[in-house]
Amino acid sequence: MGNIEMGFDLHMDLVQLLSPSGEISKAASNSARDIERLVQFYRAMTRTRIFDNKAISLQRTGQLGTFASALGQEAIGVGAAAAMEERDVLVPSYRDHAAQFYRGMAMSECLLYWGGDERGSDFKNARGDFPNCVPVATQAPQAVGAAYALMARKEDRVVVTFIGDGGTSNGAFYEALNMAGVWKTPVVFIICNNGWAISTPRELESAAETLAQKAVAAGMEGRQVDGNDVIAVHEVVRRAIDKARSGGGPTLIEALTYRLGDHTTADDASRYRDPEIVRAQWTREPIARLRAYLVSEGAWSKEQEAELHKACAEEVDREVAAYLHASPLNSDAMFEHLYAKLPDTLQWQREEARRFAQRSANGDGNGHV
Amino acid sequence: MSEITLVEAVNLALARAMGEDKDVLLLGEDIGVNGGVFRATNGLQARFGRERVIDTPLAEGGIAGVAVGMAAMGLKPVAEIQFSGFIYPAIDQIINHASRMRNRTRGRLTCPMVLRSPCGAGIHAPEHHSESPEAMFAHMPGLRVVAPSSPARAYGLLLASVRDPDPVIFLEPTRLYRLFRQEVEDDGVELPLDACFILREGADATVVTWGAMVPETLAAAEKLEEEGVMIEVIDVATLKPLDVETILRSVEKTGRCVIVHEAPRTAGFGAEVAAEIAERALYSLLAPIKRVTGYDVVVPLAKLEKQYIPSVDRIVDGVRQVMEAS
Repeated sequence: MGNIEMGFDLHMDLVQLLSPSGEISKAASNSARDIERLVQFYRAMTRTRIFDNKAISLQRTGQLGTFASALGQEAIGVGAAAAMEERDVLVPSYRDHAAQFYRGMAMSECLLYWGGDERGSDFKNARGDFPNCVPVATQAPQAVGAAYALMARKEDRVVVTFIGDGGTSNGAFYEALNMAGVWKTPVVFIICNNGWAISTPRELESAAETLAQKAVAAGMEGRQVDGNDVIAVHEVVRRAIDKARSGGGPTLIEALTYRLGDHTTADDASRYRDPEIVRAQWTREPIARLRAYLVSEGAWSKEQEAELHKACAEEVDREVAAYLHASPLNSDAMFEHLYAKLPDTLQWQREEARRFAQRSANGDGNGHV
Repeated sequence: MSEITLVEAVNLALARAMGEDKDVLLLGEDIGVNGGVFRATNGLQARFGRERVIDTPLAEGGIAGVAVGMAAMGLKPVAEIQFSGFIYPAIDQIINHASRMRNRTRGRLTCPMVLRSPCGAGIHAPEHHSESPEAMFAHMPGLRVVAPSSPARAYGLLLASVRDPDPVIFLEPTRLYRLFRQEVEDDGVELPLDACFILREGADATVVTWGAMVPETLAAAEKLEEEGVMIEVIDVATLKPLDVETILRSVEKTGRCVIVHEAPRTAGFGAEVAAEIAERALYSLLAPIKRVTGYDVVVPLAKLEKQYIPSVDRIVDGVRQVMEAS
């Protein structure tokens, strides 16, 4: 329902092509039903979830720092990343490894990042993609600037950027939307509305009926999509990317999902939300939904499921080993990429750091308490 | 060669940089058709087009963020913040992203951008137009912080800043924009971003200063010369990274040091200069270091700004104190 009293209607239809029970909508095109691609989406979402489980257990056993799981939000990252070309640019937030993995980020890179090692953001693939962005919403204007650069150079590339529901309350988000609207930059903004900004629920973030309608004030198209429906996410993002690529300017997409896990491993969501509601949300999650559809189409079997889990577990184990056996960092790493060339005034500081170099990553033997 | 003002030198350097590198572009509020509120970008949009001289919406944080995104994609944006009092929303992007993009991606993405802003008091401007924020930026690892004090140094330092592969904060003293003219050759020759400039040699005391306080300090030097005191005047020019060696060599020669800046005293950049001297040249000192700075007060509105900005008399007095101290 829009705001009828004010004389305008901002209502946006929610795009859903796959119901929570796995029934496909009549509105789904033949290309949207491409089984081979849907199997690929299924594999990618499962791979992310198995990684997340492992990452959390690594954190719980002291082998990883604070980690932000994508549990329940896999469809947004996979659906969006699958709509991008390799040459396009991803400007992520910090919970977007479903998309990053799809674009070729190694799991070991993700683990290095959360394990406290800058080398995790030196991606082997998709080297134009931005690193994770922790200060909420600050990535949004950067995405606009990146898109402006691609547009100015007449490169056939677009930018896709993610933000959370909480991030849409931030001034940087509004400034970015506004600038993108004025300049018609080739950028697609995707809001992963998972209902929670740590402990702050969606209704305390905004009185707007939808977050997608924030597009209206910036003069751009807004769409709302079921973010647990990978088919719909892919369709809506693909259209927005096509539009951006052909000079049609930016789009804001609100993808409705639910944060099934804690905000991060440092959070305990049971302090502020009802476990019953979370249990109910499990009936809507994206992986079971797509599996139900694939099984109903005869495109997925128990054997395939078992093989997929085995393959993912093996990959995760390999990547965890690569992470745990990464070459040690020495203190020079703090200095070597600070500037293109280290200024003379920093040379002695690098020397001093070397002189007092810690004998192990734990800092023992060095006077730290 | 012609005699031009500091703001004209900024314009000349920007035009030069844009002419020699098509990746250089300008963005900011009112910088296009209007040529900037101080006319620093006058005529550049007509010459280089609207895509390269962008009139942005009124959003300083957004301007800085957009510049970061452009720079990470390989452009060389020069963003203008209209007045230094409006620079604070941009600090989020500068400290969290511009200054560390290279480090956090191990050099995969970089941030070759310049953030230009007028700064300082003394032009009877309204509230929030007279800030001297250099110390905040000097505290941020990964940046360069530059403050020109003459047309020639504005030209050479700005060219170097645009060409530099890392982010530069370029703080232009509004009071000097049209204070005097100087011959500047548009030869594309840059000045170093890691060196102080000795503007006047002297054996009795070293006076370290930068930006808007340079003309006052040079005037003080003239006055002191009449008293037979010869001061060495150092224009820091690039505050970060600081060319400590030039300052230390001078202090070792003179044995006395006065530091002059317009920004408030506490945790001002003068404290950093004093600390370096104390750590590394204490035994050369014949007298305690003296700071002549803005007071620890809110920079006043127009009626009192001359009471706030360090004057020639205060600088002379500061030098006399270090001369009499031993």
